[in-house]
Amino acid sequence: MRKWIAGAALAMTAMAGSAMAEGHGDYPERPLMMMVSYGAGGATDFQARIVTMTAGNEDALQMPVAILNRAGAGGRVGWNWFATEAETDGYTLGAYNVPHFIAQSIEGGVDYSVDSFEPIANWGADPAVFVVAADSDFNSMADVVAYATQNPGGLTFSGAGLFVGHHIAALQLEKAAGVELAYIPNNAGGAGAMRAVIAGEVLGGVNNLSDAFRAREAGTVKILGVFDLERNAFLEDVPTMMEQGYDIDNASVNFRGVMVPAGTDPAIIDHLAAIVPTMFENGRVQSRMEAGGSPMHIMTRDEVIEMWAQRQETLEALLADL
Amino acid sequence: MEFLFYMGDVFTPLNFGLLLLGTIGGLILGATPGLSPTMTVALLIPFTFKLEPQQGLILLGAAYTSTVAGGAVSAILLKIPGAPANIATTLDGHTMAQKGDGAKALQVSFIASAIGGLFGVLLLIFLTPVLAKWALAFGPSELFWLAILGVTVIGTLDSSSVVKGLLSGCIGLWLATIGFDDIMGAQRFIFHSSLSGGINVIPALIGLFAIPQVIGMLAKGRKGNDAEIITVKRHPIGAAFREVFSRKRALSIGTAVGSIIGLIPGVGGQIAGLVAYDQSKKMSPDSAKFGTGHPEGVIAAESANNAMVGPSLVPLLTLSIPGSPTAAVLLGGLLIHGIFPGPTLFAQYPQVVWPFINSMLIGQILMCVFGLLIAGWAANVARVPPAVMAAIVLSLAVFGSYSVQHSMGDVYVMMSLGLSMFFLERFGFSAAPLVLGLILGPIAEANFIQGAMIANATVGQLTYFFTGWLNWLLIAIVVMSVGYSIWMELGQRRYTTKEDASV
Repeated sequence: MRKWIAGAALAMTAMAGSAMAEGHGDYPERPLMMMVSYGAGGATDFQARIVTMTAGNEDALQMPVAILNRAGAGGRVGWNWFATEAETDGYTLGAYNVPHFIAQSIEGGVDYSVDSFEPIANWGADPAVFVVAADSDFNSMADVVAYATQNPGGLTFSGAGLFVGHHIAALQLEKAAGVELAYIPNNAGGAGAMRAVIAGEVLGGVNNLSDAFRAREAGTVKILGVFDLERNAFLEDVPTMMEQGYDIDNASVNFRGVMVPAGTDPAIIDHLAAIVPTMFENGRVQSRMEAGGSPMHIMTRDEVIEMWAQRQETLEALLADL
Repeated sequence: MEFLFYMGDVFTPLNFGLLLLGTIGGLILGATPGLSPTMTVALLIPFTFKLEPQQGLILLGAAYTSTVAGGAVSAILLKIPGAPANIATTLDGHTMAQKGDGAKALQVSFIASAIGGLFGVLLLIFLTPVLAKWALAFGPSELFWLAILGVTVIGTLDSSSVVKGLLSGCIGLWLATIGFDDIMGAQRFIFHSSLSGGINVIPALIGLFAIPQVIGMLAKGRKGNDAEIITVKRHPIGAAFREVFSRKRALSIGTAVGSIIGLIPGVGGQIAGLVAYDQSKKMSPDSAKFGTGHPEGVIAAESANNAMVGPSLVPLLTLSIPGSPTAAVLLGGLLIHGIFPGPTLFAQYPQVVWPFINSMLIGQILMCVFGLLIAGWAANVARVPPAVMAAIVLSLAVFGSYSVQHSMGDVYVMMSLGLSMFFLERFGFSAAPLVLGLILGPIAEANFIQGAMIANATVGQLTYFFTGWLNWLLIAIVVMSVGYSIWMELGQRRYTTKEDASV
């Protein structure tokens, strides 16, 4: 036992010594942490764990990334913490969900805005889709809108919460179709919203494409339309809203990616921005993401900065009417 | 009987090794305060990246079953419930340990867990299609009434009087409103940034149960070390089996309640133990013995919270909807291997699903065997001197609350709730109803708001909440439960504090 302790102590000093010898220029020299503002098991958490699994590789960051969940209030708790308390030493990364955090910052009551964070890279884009139960009478968006026109405010449909992608999609649909709908935010997130549709508690729902795709494979829902500019590879047969005559763009698409708090050393940001996208391109990451039904969409730091600015503008206009 | 066909897969050397690893590791992690079953399974997911789907799921299934049972160990020995599911276990289990019957309490709890657990998994195997419909039957209105049913339990739970029980329940309900509200995102009662996420149940649980203990132990320590030495009685395993099987009422109530409530998405695991405890107390002829170290309390609570394990996976495996946080994590474990749960799951991937379910079946038995092996030895924890024990419990409490989301804020919440609870306990209030309020508050509120929104858009609130046989049934049980409590209260006039009552 004593020998063990001595051995362990020796190993520790050796490790500390080598770390010191490399100096501070060699970022990263210890494992990194990535904050996810949703619970373990959710789509964002699930994908974050996959895209960071090769971080320790020689050609990536050479250090593992640990996922830390700070869930609550549709992501507000985690992002508040990230904007105000997270260390800016480059070892604290965060996962962002657009349009969620931008919409919440426009709504107010939170400590962050697009200026609080520095994007690194985008890994995924999960469009919202409109789903109805498999035994529903609705077979197209036209049926849904016709029902809503006859029963103003009577078409109940679920989504993951207020001021998240699903809510934005709902607002866009109301505006484009010129009808009044009853959007029911669910406290159990996308999974809860999907359950409400399948159980027939609501007439329809907005949900993530990846989850809806699985539910359709399970035979429990029909997917009537995609809230995106073009059809999705996972759902070639489902038309976009635009094709069905509703002027709806991709403002509700759920973009997921990596960011750091504003104030992080620009050299570290550049280093991460160069390496992280290549990490997402790793073959193992790609195949795992595809197996899980999660659409990937890799974007570099510059592309993400532009996308954030665009979203800020669109969402301000959309939410101004509320 | 297809599951028998795949039984052999569980016993290949590698798979069985993983099963053992999952069971033993799960027991240890489950017994660590703060590491709930959800956390444990989430921690294990990265290890399954490297494994075949079948092996990965065997590991996860075994770990899930044994962490739920492992939570009883700290509940009995330290009075810190490992997860909300184990709250009811502390009520009688810890009292038994203090009397020197720790070994018996642990043995009884493991046997009851295994029986409840086996029944639950068998339900999953044979009745999945039927049960799937039941899992969908609970919409916002039904969940609201179910939460109200839980609230009616509060009054009679482990307090010296109904009024005090209700008061602590109300404090819990109020604490539950702190933070951003789940649906609208409005901020409520946030005076400090560590409260912005609301009060997390796990740190609250640890603080409310462990801190008053620690203060109590330190106070005892000052009185002199030789004040009392607990002799830990040995307890033969055979006698534990006879004990469990002679308490058929508690065992069957626990198992039935656990299986039924476990099915309900979002509620099940947390309150199954408490509801089962309350029901067996109300139906038992010696209900006065509950709370004073009565084995029936442990049996009802533990059989219920393990019985819920199997049924809680029904919505996930058949409809692809995770019904509980743990199920959501397991969904991640399936997706990562490209397996989509759904009605075709059993046809498409029988070589993965059946070994997974079998691993939970065998895991229950292994868990029971290991539990019984360590019970006699673990019970000696009661002999540790109070001062040393206080230090150990305190560090476990800090570690447990910090580890939930790596936040000192949770540690502050744990400490301040614990301190307040110490003073409340001196006035005859108790922690269990308070925690129940904290758990039920958000369920009742969120479902009421959702139900009201749906109702306003469709049939109106009165019709929405008061029609349908399931609503009526739940309302009837609520009325009966309240009526029973009032009747008992009038009958006994239990306006004494607990200390007076025990003199």
